[in-house]
Amino acid sequence: MKREEIENIVKTFLVEEIEVDETAIAPDARLKEDLAIDSLDFVDIVVIVERDFGFKIKAEEMTGVRTLGDFCDYIESKVKQGKE
Amino acid sequence: MKRVVITGMGIYSCIGKSLAEVRESLRAGKSGIGIDPARAAHGYRSPLTGIVEPPKLKGVLDRRLRVGLAEEGEYAYAATVEAFREAGIDAAYLEENEAGILYGNDSSAKAVIEANNVVMEKKDTTLLGSGAIFQSMNSTVTMNLSTIFKLRGVNMTISAACASGSHAIGLGYLFIRHGLQELVLCGGAQETNLYSMGSFDALSAFSTRVDDPARASRPFDAGRDGLVPSGGAASLVLEEYEHARRRGARVLAEVVGYGFSSNGKQISQPSDEGCEIAMSRALADAGVAASAIDYVNAHATSTPQGDMFEAIALDRLFGDSRPLISSTKSMTGHECWMAGASEVLYSILMMRDSFVAPNINFERPDDYSRKLNIATETVEKEINLLLSNSFGFGGTNSALVIRKIQ
Repeated sequence: MKREEIENIVKTFLVEEIEVDETAIAPDARLKEDLAIDSLDFVDIVVIVERDFGFKIKAEEMTGVRTLGDFCDYIESKVKQGKE
Repeated sequence: MKRVVITGMGIYSCIGKSLAEVRESLRAGKSGIGIDPARAAHGYRSPLTGIVEPPKLKGVLDRRLRVGLAEEGEYAYAATVEAFREAGIDAAYLEENEAGILYGNDSSAKAVIEANNVVMEKKDTTLLGSGAIFQSMNSTVTMNLSTIFKLRGVNMTISAACASGSHAIGLGYLFIRHGLQELVLCGGAQETNLYSMGSFDALSAFSTRVDDPARASRPFDAGRDGLVPSGGAASLVLEEYEHARRRGARVLAEVVGYGFSSNGKQISQPSDEGCEIAMSRALADAGVAASAIDYVNAHATSTPQGDMFEAIALDRLFGDSRPLISSTKSMTGHECWMAGASEVLYSILMMRDSFVAPNINFERPDDYSRKLNIATETVEKEINLLLSNSFGFGGTNSALVIRKIQ
């Protein structure tokens, strides 16, 4: 899966399902402060990521994730790991 | 003691999704009953049900406020928007004043079953999402509506089987009457999905008159063969009279009596004595004689036993004065946890517009119903005092007396 494809899937579910303001979507947007994603939203994002990417997000792997770009990096690395 | 009035109502049901639509259906004697083909495939004995489409709330209500709403909560939200609008209650009022919520609900089967299906398949509860818990609890309606509308007063769900909505209004009335609250949102909600009624269908309590769905629900008729499940939600704004006057609210009706009882017998067995005690208490609480009642909205669900015991009790109390009686369940089906609230709402619409809605499909009386003055057609009639009955499994009984505001 290409990086662009991952970004598109993430953007789509953030806008369509989590109902994040589309104009706020940017690689350096902070998940909490800029995209207003709260802890309950994140419970739903875990479900969506499992559905769309086939792996389960682990909280301990997310400690360094602050921006949307970080989040896509994390997904990309997990998708690659899954293929190895 | 304070006086308690109703200043707003909202409805989402199989006979209409607004007060105006429902009023027309009641006047016309229009049935909301149909067939759900999925029920037959799912192993139901009866595919008959009130046909209610859930409202579409995406784009209407913020996601965070929406994800915790189960189907019955969506109905209740839609009904409450109309009720608050009718009452002239807006966000600014609720920001500045304490309002409570007492709402009837007794299941959230779809949410529970769907969550369980996910866990069975995935073996992982973290894949349930954030809404499952808030959708699954019996108090799902009150926990969500109190959050959505920012209610800060009394906040709880009344679970009392098919009398839930009626007891919710009765308790709201008591809270206001005793000066504990000035305004309480009351009501009842009932899910209508495939999962919600399987266990009730298991008792062979539902009509199987599938050839003519609109004629399946026939309370008091000798040819009745069971109830038709239905649902939606009804919301009523109960308010202390002086408070309503101070804010210039339009008063629709006054709640003047609440009576309750429990049969203390077998779990599904109705009782004429239990019905009569609840009705007598409501009349005594209102300080009115049975002969003063102009209209009775009967609980009668179209089951052989239930209708018979209620007819016996009605004849004992009202045999001399013979007020007009109808069961609006003949049109709506049995709205279960919602019914006690919706039927007060239907009755107030009749009171406001001076008519009695018909008990459709009452074609042939039995030995008990022949003693009652059942409205078979829409009757133009001024209603000053009405009584609404609601009874439920476990022998819970509730009766409310409502008075017209002159």
